Amino acid sequence: MNNLKSRLAKEKRFKAYGIISIITALTLLTILFVSIFSQGYTAFQETRIQLPVYFDQEILDPNKTSDWDNIKKANFNGLVKQSLRNLFPEVSGRSNKRKLYKIVSSSAEYQIRNIVNNDLSIIGSKQNIWVLADDDVDMLIKGNINRNLPENERRIDDQELMWIEYLESENLIKKVFNKTLFTSGDSSESEQSGILVALLGSFYALLITLALSFPIGIATAVYLEEFAPKDNKFVDFIEVNINNLAAVPSIIFGLLGLAIFLNFFEMPRSAPLVGGMVLSLMTLPRIIIPARAALKSVPPSIREGALGLGASNVQAVFNHVLPIATPGMLTGTIIGMAQALGESAPLLIIGMVAFIVDVPQGFTDPATALPVQIYLWADTPERGFVERTAAVIMVLLIFLILMNSLAIYLRKKFEKNIT
Amino acid sequence: MNITIILITLVLLAASSYYVGLKKSISIQKSDKLHSAPIYHGSLLAIYSLIVSLLFILIWHLFENYLYPEFSLSRNLIFFLSLLVFLITALSVFLKIEKNFRAREKVENIIEIFLLICSTVAILITIGILLSVIFEATRFFSMVPITDFLFGTHWSPQIPIREDQVGSSGAFGAIPLFTGTFLIAFIAMIIAGPIGLMSAIYMSEYATKKTRDIIKPLTEILAGIPTVVYGFFAVIVVAPFIRSSGEYFGLNIASESALAAGLVMGIMIIPFVSSISDDVINAVPQNLKDGSLGVGATKSETILKVIIPAALPGIIGGLLLAISRAIGETMIVVMAAGMSANLTANPLEAVTTVTVQILVLLVGDQEFDSPKTLAAFALGLVLFFMTLILNYVALNIVRKYREQYE
Amino acid sequence: MFDNEELIKETKSQALNSETVGDIHVDDPRIIAKNINVFYGDKPAINNASIDIGKNEVLAMIGPSGCGKSTFLRCLNRMNDTIDTCRVEGELFLDNENILDKKTDVVSLRAKVGMVFQKPNPFPKSIYDNVAYGPKIHGMAKNKIELDEIVFKSLDKAGLFEEVKDRLDAPGTSISGGQQQRLCIARTIAVSPEVILMDEPCSALDPIATAKIEELIYDLKKNFTIVIVTHAMQQAARVSQRTAYFHLGNLVEVGPTSKIFTTPQHKLTESYITGRFG
Ligand SMILES: Nc1ncnc2c1ncn2[C@@H]1O[C@H](COP(=O)(O)OP(=O)(O)OP(=O)(O)O)[C@@H](O)[C@H]1O
Ligand SMILES: [Mg+2]
Repeated sequence: MNNLKSRLAKEKRFKAYGIISIITALTLLTILFVSIFSQGYTAFQETRIQLPVYFDQEILDPNKTSDWDNIKKANFNGLVKQSLRNLFPEVSGRSNKRKLYKIVSSSAEYQIRNIVNNDLSIIGSKQNIWVLADDDVDMLIKGNINRNLPENERRIDDQELMWIEYLESENLIKKVFNKTLFTSGDSSESEQSGILVALLGSFYALLITLALSFPIGIATAVYLEEFAPKDNKFVDFIEVNINNLAAVPSIIFGLLGLAIFLNFFEMPRSAPLVGGMVLSLMTLPRIIIPARAALKSVPPSIREGALGLGASNVQAVFNHVLPIATPGMLTGTIIGMAQALGESAPLLIIGMVAFIVDVPQGFTDPATALPVQIYLWADTPERGFVERTAAVIMVLLIFLILMNSLAIYLRKKFEKNIT
Repeated sequence: MNITIILITLVLLAASSYYVGLKKSISIQKSDKLHSAPIYHGSLLAIYSLIVSLLFILIWHLFENYLYPEFSLSRNLIFFLSLLVFLITALSVFLKIEKNFRAREKVENIIEIFLLICSTVAILITIGILLSVIFEATRFFSMVPITDFLFGTHWSPQIPIREDQVGSSGAFGAIPLFTGTFLIAFIAMIIAGPIGLMSAIYMSEYATKKTRDIIKPLTEILAGIPTVVYGFFAVIVVAPFIRSSGEYFGLNIASESALAAGLVMGIMIIPFVSSISDDVINAVPQNLKDGSLGVGATKSETILKVIIPAALPGIIGGLLLAISRAIGETMIVVMAAGMSANLTANPLEAVTTVTVQILVLLVGDQEFDSPKTLAAFALGLVLFFMTLILNYVALNIVRKYREQYE
Repeated sequence: MFDNEELIKETKSQALNSETVGDIHVDDPRIIAKNINVFYGDKPAINNASIDIGKNEVLAMIGPSGCGKSTFLRCLNRMNDTIDTCRVEGELFLDNENILDKKTDVVSLRAKVGMVFQKPNPFPKSIYDNVAYGPKIHGMAKNKIELDEIVFKSLDKAGLFEEVKDRLDAPGTSISGGQQQRLCIARTIAVSPEVILMDEPCSALDPIATAKIEELIYDLKKNFTIVIVTHAMQQAARVSQRTAYFHLGNLVEVGPTSKIFTTPQHKLTESYITGRFG
């Protein structure tokens, strides 16, 4: 057979296409992870500057009232500016001074204010306080702004660079773990913005989603798999509905939420309660379908065995089939919840997309969600927000990977159960 | 009187009636053989009374709010009545408890009915979608003729406030949206179709078990990444890359382009295509493969001439599902494709899609008497039916295919 | 399965002793198998089996279910390569070439050693394309006329041509089970193999279809070497010249068919033949 050589060559080529495809997919995955990680890992640190603050009695409490209600109105901002001038006494001229004040974050005055609030006896003393640096300084310290560029191409000019280099040489500037990222809500200043509102919003919404879609989903699966009459038009119709809902674009569920939950039932906008309800509609079929598969794969011998002992149908299902199928059903539920956690389009439509500073206290307070926060920040051109966006993605991916690992673990357990 | 207090009281009552029912049946059990175990008697007593009293509250509420508002009673009275209803039901069930009372069957009936009701939720959701979308869309079509919407080529939903305002004419021709949607879906399928299919073939026919065990979870990770993450990836990596390579060839490409969105969407869909194809290919019976190998065909010949033809319906069904996915995807396109409704087939230009416009029209101020807001629902209606038809056809093809090999 | 304790004990003791009874050699061998061992993972499935297969003979392989007949048969054209866990050791010569050698090209090997499977497995293509599949991929026909000739001849040899000649375009899956199996045989002989392996080719067929296949095997013997696995002892007796008896992975006895069925040497063979287990 003379064409054997060319046939084998073809075989090799075909196999190579397969390998190339897989390598392409994996390379893309790697690029995705590497680009996000390299953009985002710096966001887990923030830059702080040490200020020698003199808690001047004259500024804070000239009348010596020692009463916080009085003190809280004091000019803390002036205190911060004073400290900066103490640090760089040589700076003169209005515009230079204004530039100097901007190397610390505008939140510095609130930080000082809190310190005084916690301990009034500090008034009159001199303390070194690490305050948050401005985002441009933060970027420079993290190396995201190149110091070797010509002055007009970077956001930090030579004058500011000199100050920062002085701080560096005196060890008055340092990077610490970024607590702000996890303890505050949104802010227009990137160095002060955090994901707490989004975290809590996602958490509350997912609680609602789980509470609604898990019981209903499992009940539906059990009914369809174990009790529903076979060859029944109505049951078929339910099935068709479930299969189609599983593939309906998520944004459509947002439309339903807007028209029915918000407009008709007049539920609050931007609330995790409604977000969770909308997500649960979307998650329901994604729980039902794998749960049915799990029930289906329980060997019929187990059911027959129970029935043979005189158990009723309900008893056979609840005492024998369900315990075996539980890990399998949980696997589907967790994967469904993970998808809900990553979903944003329907939440945008019901208004969980807003600039929210205050931490939500419950299910009806306005909030955002982690993926929505990504969408919001990704829109901002500032480098400080790009970094934070990538960081939120990392946080979100960590949650998703944890959930998926749990699902894989349960699936392994389930596979052991039924063999 | 607060509704939570009513509920808590009723639940407490239910718990105690469970106990009462249990006690009575246990005492009967001492002398006689019971038809049903004592816990069924207790449960029946509790569940049944609870359901009846809750139904009473619900019906009264509807009655009072929607039918006869003049009958409105005070909250306290309803509370009192519902307790009464509970006690009467509980008592009547309690009296029925005796050795031949079929409590188990009744409890099981209640359970089955509960399960049945849960399964109808799926239908309710579909009805909910249809109602919300169709209702608002009808209002939209009463303001804008449906033919203008479906066949118009100019999309500019901002209603002009002043006569001479530029850029806003209130035109609702959705054709540029449809073409944009299909252009992006097309680019995505060009990427995802071959790569996904070839990976699936390699994984199921060539790869060793070890490789499979490593790569499968990785593709599952790829499938689990939220689309907003892909959107971010498009913005910070893919779009700049396309723009700079365009500059290299002397092309001026917008930072938002159909190509960037389509490419990234393709990446997103790869694992979807490969996992469906994998299922479909694995469903081809081994003896067909053996038959081909047995006459001396190479693996690739077997795949191309026997497996793929046999799996073709399944693969087509899978690809249709993937297309429906691409059409309904929102976040990637909203972040990477842009908002400008260009009627173009040029992948280097910015285009917009149905989903993006739904979002744009609804995020921010909504006025439910302006065609601008209602247009979103008309687009939603189109999107829903487009994906519904694709899914329905695809699922049927796939199911027929599976049955063939069962 | 077993009649009495006695026999079970005997079986166990003899299973350890893997010497084959009878003459494993033939004068004019086509295939020579030497010390073949097969494992599925760690589990041994064939124990040190050696046997010659002669030119133009029909060799029947019999034995109780799970004894490794299919496994051994599938070694002969390396079909076991398709099972990940399966490992084959030993030497297998076809025309002086060790076909278990890694370097052997399985594609041309399988063209020389064709296989017919237990369940008829026509491709979901037309009858014509089923048969033409092999010749096409091997490039055996220069043009349509030659291809037609090969297809018609093969169908004819498989005794199917008269039955299907006016519906060659009908799908291969649309004909009866017996016809499908003959179609698969036609598909196999279309690539002019030297050896045909058949794994219980009649087990899915009714007696009439079976008789047709047996007749066919009788005819094919003139041109091909045939190895057939069967559970029906009558069938083995009717179609084969030599018979090999397998038991729990051991090749227990080999001999002329007439001898095996009348005067078996080995206790196990005798018990099987007389229907004491199987
Ligand atoms: N794919 C496989 N993986 C693991 N073990 C296998 C596999 N195929 C066969 N076996 C085992 O190898 C042994 C021999 O199997 P084989 O199929 O060769 O038996 P057989 O003689 O053909 O039986 P039958 O008459 O039932 O077809 C059996 O114990 C079987 O369980
Ligand atoms: Mg066998």
